[in-house]
Amino acid sequence: MSIQCKEISANPFTISLGSIPLMDYNSFYSQTVQMMKDEPVHCVAYYGVEVNDDLQLICCLADDNNHNFRIYSTMLPVGSNPVPSISMEIPQLQVYEREIHENFGLFFDGHPWLKPVRYPHDRADRDSAMDNYPFYVIEGEELHEVGVGPVHAGVIEPGHFRFICNGEKVLHLEIQLGYQHRGVERILSAGLNGMKRSVICDNIVGDTSVGYALAHAQLIESLAGIQSEAAIQIERCIGLELERIAVHIGDTAALCGDVAYQLGQVVCEALRTEIINTTQFWCGNRFGKGLVRPGGTNYTLDEKVAVKILRVLEDVGKRFAAISDRIYTLPSVVARFEDIGTVTRRQALSIGAVGMAARTCGIRRDVRWSHPFQTYRERSFEPELIETGDVLARGLLRAREVSDSIAFITGLVNDRRGIRDRVSGPDYNLSLMPGSFALSLVEGWRGEICHSAVTDRDGNLIHYKIKDPSFHNWMALALAVREQEISDFPVCNKSFNLSYCGNDL
Amino acid sequence: MYKEIKILRQHGIQYVKDLRRQPVSELFRGRPVISPDITGKEIETISTLCPSGAIDNKYGSIDLGKCVFCRECEFCLKEKIKFTNDYRIAATRREDLVIRPGIDNAVRLNEDVIRKEIRKIFRRSLKLRQVSAGGDNSCEMELNAAGNVNFDLGRYGIEFTASPRHADGIVITGPVSANMAEALKLTYEAVPDPKVIILVGTDAISGGMYSGSPALDRRFIGEHHIDLYVPGNPAHPLTFINGILDLLSVS
Repeated sequence: MSIQCKEISANPFTISLGSIPLMDYNSFYSQTVQMMKDEPVHCVAYYGVEVNDDLQLICCLADDNNHNFRIYSTMLPVGSNPVPSISMEIPQLQVYEREIHENFGLFFDGHPWLKPVRYPHDRADRDSAMDNYPFYVIEGEELHEVGVGPVHAGVIEPGHFRFICNGEKVLHLEIQLGYQHRGVERILSAGLNGMKRSVICDNIVGDTSVGYALAHAQLIESLAGIQSEAAIQIERCIGLELERIAVHIGDTAALCGDVAYQLGQVVCEALRTEIINTTQFWCGNRFGKGLVRPGGTNYTLDEKVAVKILRVLEDVGKRFAAISDRIYTLPSVVARFEDIGTVTRRQALSIGAVGMAARTCGIRRDVRWSHPFQTYRERSFEPELIETGDVLARGLLRAREVSDSIAFITGLVNDRRGIRDRVSGPDYNLSLMPGSFALSLVEGWRGEICHSAVTDRDGNLIHYKIKDPSFHNWMALALAVREQEISDFPVCNKSFNLSYCGNDL
Repeated sequence: MYKEIKILRQHGIQYVKDLRRQPVSELFRGRPVISPDITGKEIETISTLCPSGAIDNKYGSIDLGKCVFCRECEFCLKEKIKFTNDYRIAATRREDLVIRPGIDNAVRLNEDVIRKEIRKIFRRSLKLRQVSAGGDNSCEMELNAAGNVNFDLGRYGIEFTASPRHADGIVITGPVSANMAEALKLTYEAVPDPKVIILVGTDAISGGMYSGSPALDRRFIGEHHIDLYVPGNPAHPLTFINGILDLLSVS
């Protein structure tokens, strides 16, 4: 069978809607299966757009090794319900199919479990509600259930975890999310002006504000047919890497806290403070809100900021190296991380894991390498890989990525100093190409963030779709805790530190 | 052991000695100051510009309960608006969060509305249960930071508990999504009387950028007396800490 799809190698990219090959669902099904059998191909976007009364399903696959995207679609006329589910052959599509089902009421025949993704306010089935969700049950005299959330013991986001345990061991973990749903995608498609859209994108996932703002800014720039200047590209990547360093160090503190290694916890907490205060020194916000804007920036990286960044990174780099060396050689700590919460390479591939969750299972999946954006295009970048897939791997990967990012930023800051031009301010009035489909990927600290949009014939945004790396990776956590002691759940959870607000939107 | 000692030496003293007067970087976006001679036309411009509708189109005042601290109004009118780095902006009355043109006074708590039992019972120990309800997780991270090695709010006997049963009140973050409305109500009911309610972050105070979204259900906020408003996007740990210390009258 010949494959019909549009191949694109740029990230971000904009193509006309008309150029996306349209086929019947049967061909859509078979070519999806055919392409996705190939290991390095994973799905970055698969969603429905209502066209009059019909439903157009647009799918975008990313091929990591060939560094390109493949886009194709199918149009389902009214009444074509149900359609065969692809998930049984390609498990990673299960969550996309659930989302399409939840939003449009389309049934996927053969899908093992069309479990609600987030109970959005505009869901197709208004009779269902978050508060009476029927959890998965396994009958058995030896089994008991443990329910946690949505309000957790710590100061964290809401979500419900339902463990089915056999003694102290977890047989099954069900994760139900949606408590953070506030209608982000609907608001972004509601005709807001450029500035409001940018501010919203700062406030979707707070721990990845820079990553989200960047995914949005480069999407809008692509839709406007412009590319930001070199200095801006460098500054954005510095912001993105600072965010990565801050979260990785903060999560190392949390991991140490969970295994009662107080020195590791407090030292890492203090180091994270140093990093986020540097971001605040640069732009007035510890999370980098407001730093990245389409077209330019309000906070250019001047000499004062450059000096501060280099000084702080040198100090933090040394101190973090010392403490992480201690953490990962201390037998009482390593014993709590090693062989705990293991995700196998095969599992990670089948659920479509991205970012850290994939790289700790030996999968080379990093947008900075596979689909480079901004200044990564001009630089060679090698992702860190660890094979073991356990809590220790996720801890060690963070330590290595911190040191890589510090070296990377140091190079970027020096390159930035070489550019004398003044950078432009934001441009909120960019006119967007009409009748287009655009997609942008950014490698945030968790992994691949995908923003995608569709414009109407006047260039208005009529559809805005966001995919957080957690969208796939929550399943990795559910798999990681199987057959583990329930008391190891906290370290497993912290080692991923997945996003609730990014999933719930 | 030698390694640990070396690390501890590098670590040094990290805690902020004086949480009341700790300086923050110059660019930190705190209390804005609006020039008294801002014109009607300028007010119109910035009130239309403001992404969260925080600027009154008649008086030109900025409502910190709605402001998302994006500073876009200042970028538009550099001569007339300046966001200072004054982080002490918590208030006990909603209306005290409104900053009018020509006013450059610190935001202070109105003592008259503070319930007597708050200081009597909680002054030396206040345990709080946090409820995260539809935000972006940045306020939650700042609340965690308030208890970390730097800010160490625990030194005043103020801490977050794991259960509402052990708490003296709740701290709400996020714009209150409809999907969290029931859980928020149940958590509040589980806290024994007397209890306080504290709203942290612009999202919680007004809905912020999500104000008006059909996915929210803010009835709980409207139906209850709020003891403390802590604005910010997110609220800085020092804003939260100073607000609580003022509420409890801890010097």
